[in-house]
Amino acid sequence: MTDAPSLPLYPHRHLLGIRELSPVDIELLLDRADAAVSISRQPEKKTSTLRGRTQINLFYEASTRTQSSFELAGKRLGADVMNMSVASSSVKKGETLIDTAMTLNAMRPDILIIRHQSAGAAALLAQKVGCSVVNAGDGAHEHPTQALLDALTIRRAKGEIARLTVAICGDILHSRVARSNILLLNALGARVKVVAPSTLLPTGIAQMGVEVCATMAEGLKDADVVMMLRLQRERMAGSFVPSVREYFHYFGLDAEKLKAAKDGALVMHPGPMNRGVEIASEIADGPQSVIQEQVEMGVAVRMAVMEALLDPRRNRDRHSA
Amino acid sequence: MTVTVFQHARIVDPSRGIDETGTIIVDGKKIAAAGASALNQGVPEGAMIVDCRGKAIIPGLVDGRVFIGEPGGEHRETIASASLAAAAGGVTSIVMMPDTDPVIDNVALVEFVLRAARDTAQVNVFPAAAITKGLEGREMTEFGLMREAGAVAFTDGRRTISNALTMRRALTYARDFGAVVAHETQDRDLASSGVMNEGLYASWLGLPGIPREAETIPLERDLMLARLTRGAYHAAKISTEMSAQAVARAKGEGANVTAGVSINHLSLNENDVGEYRTFFRLSPPLRAEDDRLAMVEALRNGTVDIIVSSHDPQDVDTKRLPFADAADGAIGLETLLGAALRLYHNDEIPLIRLIEALSTAPARLFGLPGGRLSPGAPADLALVDLDEPWIVSEAGIRSRSKNTCFEGARLQGKVLQTLVSGRTVFSAQAGN
Repeated sequence: MTDAPSLPLYPHRHLLGIRELSPVDIELLLDRADAAVSISRQPEKKTSTLRGRTQINLFYEASTRTQSSFELAGKRLGADVMNMSVASSSVKKGETLIDTAMTLNAMRPDILIIRHQSAGAAALLAQKVGCSVVNAGDGAHEHPTQALLDALTIRRAKGEIARLTVAICGDILHSRVARSNILLLNALGARVKVVAPSTLLPTGIAQMGVEVCATMAEGLKDADVVMMLRLQRERMAGSFVPSVREYFHYFGLDAEKLKAAKDGALVMHPGPMNRGVEIASEIADGPQSVIQEQVEMGVAVRMAVMEALLDPRRNRDRHSA
Repeated sequence: MTVTVFQHARIVDPSRGIDETGTIIVDGKKIAAAGASALNQGVPEGAMIVDCRGKAIIPGLVDGRVFIGEPGGEHRETIASASLAAAAGGVTSIVMMPDTDPVIDNVALVEFVLRAARDTAQVNVFPAAAITKGLEGREMTEFGLMREAGAVAFTDGRRTISNALTMRRALTYARDFGAVVAHETQDRDLASSGVMNEGLYASWLGLPGIPREAETIPLERDLMLARLTRGAYHAAKISTEMSAQAVARAKGEGANVTAGVSINHLSLNENDVGEYRTFFRLSPPLRAEDDRLAMVEALRNGTVDIIVSSHDPQDVDTKRLPFADAADGAIGLETLLGAALRLYHNDEIPLIRLIEALSTAPARLFGLPGGRLSPGAPADLALVDLDEPWIVSEAGIRSRSKNTCFEGARLQGKVLQTLVSGRTVFSAQAGN
């Protein structure tokens, strides 16, 4: 990006969660991301900001969307990107996360992107390697780039985040997306409501800076943004909710329920969607849906994050440690 | 036999309710006299005299819950290495849990432990045997034969017996042999995949929580069965106010019930987990500060009888993992006394009550010879500077595993010398 050097220096070395970010940090990343959107819209999409830098994607959970978004972001910045396919690697032979991290670290990457099923995995990795680490989702803990891309999508559509009412609906209990979004939206001054059956709410939710609503009608009232969350298949039948049918009846987003929100409210979903479970197709593909924009913003946000972390103005002796 | 006279010491002997300055005369393997008037007969001829001014002598600690890796996990801890750690911590007797590989669930294993202890250990090691074969919660082990062989209690270690009938029969059958059944309670279904205390903190970390009820529900069941069977039941490691209340109620109704608490649950709370620090992953999980305070109160008022280290050595292969994948447990033999003395220095628990819960009460509970400084008792004791400050460091840990919750902690109260049957097994001066 041509104007990147004029932006303030980003103060963190890793992106492990939204919790560690100040509102200023968040706005800075969103400003950078805004600038990055135009790069992806040019015919010539490749820049040289990260030329010569090595990015490794270490994905312990399958994720087409996030992994390809990070890969594309790195390539558009000119970095060399390597994807570690965990399913066919030594991880399957019982190598621990830390041993894998040490091995990769010895190859001297500049940035490691990690997705792992265990909460805290990204933080653990960051303690053991000499390069920057980006958390691409760790268990039910955080998914910071998702929250940033959601915020960018909202900000571009609504102008600013402060004073907006955002309803987050669905499986809050198991959702890292919900946690990161609750933190980010609160940091930027939005009003956050959550809607879910009580079996899918974490203990202490009322102290997490949200209003807890039992019905979609209550939760979507006055909402400028409706964020739907994915309900994992294994949680549908009997364990947390009795059936898909009952879940959709009460918590699936359809045209009728969406009427409770403000006119022109944005409909968002981090994907992949379960059509007919948490969201009706007509809504997912309807005029209020910004689900495709979210995907586009995802690439921009990840470019911005990697650029900010690997800012050449920062000392470059981190490998010498 | 050699005679040693420890003079001018603060003598704390809960078995006789004594906390006074005086003299202890150790004659061979036994205590000949102890107290303010111990020198009435004068110093025996040829005795070695130790001036203990400003220091205290307590009966050696009796740790009722110690996990050791031998047999099967010697890379984590052996009986020998655990005993060195114990000696350095002023612990002169340990009750060893049966969670070994193979499990201590038959006479041969009980004998193996006693033999290994006799040949390699610096302190007294008493095996506790499994309640059920292979710790599987189904078939009862040979309580009688193992008791005769030297098992001092029966417990399924880290496991909870989910079948109420199995528990009822164990309590009933153990009664015939005068054996204590010690049980850690955690409902497997309710705890599910939980890895830390359920609450706001776990929710933000994205870690599945273990509700307090997972401990108390099976505990309430056990307490009812203890009343039904009149068996001797020991709630091995309680951590919540609800559990303390349940135990107090059962005791009030005359049930033959006792309870223990780990030093970790008296010293730490869930916030110590910080950013996924796996050394603080314990079972039961570290609870909220209110629960910790309730445990201190339960210790003070006698609802909780004993303090244990719940020493549980874990290696890097089980701890250097993401929090949810790591093993439970922390070592504790070397820090048990220092951490417990915080309660004394903070004026939360009187010293004599603290030493009772660390030594006299567990000795009585498990029918062991130590835990007292009365004439005729085995000379198992610790010479302690109650006020000396020290900082726990990994480098100084004698245990083969280093998974301590107290790394970097400032403790006050240091063991200077430990005697087991009159023999010095640890001396701070010797630097061993």
